[in-house]
Amino acid sequence: MACFIVPTTEAIVTTIGKKMMQKHEEKHPVSTDKISFSEKLGWLNKLLWGGSALLAMEHLWHGEISPFPPFLTAAADAQELTVVLHEMATSGVGMAVLVTAVWGVMCVVSDKIHLKQLVNQEQSDSTTEEVPV
Amino acid sequence: MTLLISISAAVISTLVWYCNARARNLKIGTLVLMYWGASLMWLVDACAEYIEIGSAYFTPAAADMLNDAFLGFTVVVLGMVIWIASLLIRDPAGTLHNVLSKNH
Repeated sequence: MACFIVPTTEAIVTTIGKKMMQKHEEKHPVSTDKISFSEKLGWLNKLLWGGSALLAMEHLWHGEISPFPPFLTAAADAQELTVVLHEMATSGVGMAVLVTAVWGVMCVVSDKIHLKQLVNQEQSDSTTEEVPV
Repeated sequence: MTLLISISAAVISTLVWYCNARARNLKIGTLVLMYWGASLMWLVDACAEYIEIGSAYFTPAAADMLNDAFLGFTVVVLGMVIWIASLLIRDPAGTLHNVLSKNH
């Protein structure tokens, strides 16, 4: 009913976090052997904003939200509002946790791939230096 | 059905991103992440529904399937519209800037 509100809230927080991190990285540049955290937060932003936008479309389709106040059609009824809050606490939190967990795995894997590339590059550089002319 | 269509869109866009350098220049990665984000969220939705109604989840009524398929394709198109809008705003290749500066 309104489960997408939880990932949307997380997206707002991570967007602010990304802006702050970018400012921090501009002041204190990070080494090139790592993908910057602000770039990684950008991936999470896209996952969360994109997913939330498409889910909002689904809720609009099913008449669960409206473009006019109070936006949530269930907000008019107290009993239905309880159902909405329960769904936000279960499905909504589950969505936010799953997306963040997948993003976490993406970060670890991409760091490992990046590090492997750097090691391979260093090895190929050192072998070309050793070749007698 | 919506979940299946969104996962299909995510897989296809990921393949295009992986195989095509021109597509990567067009920031197709944004579209890929959007589709995967939506797919993961619908996966949670599907799991919650399965816990609630059990195996009946896999035998939806024909009318529901049709409605869900229609929704799935609408969502895929909406994703593309968001991506193309962000592409034109960012204008990574400078095409829009060049066209507009030529006209003036």
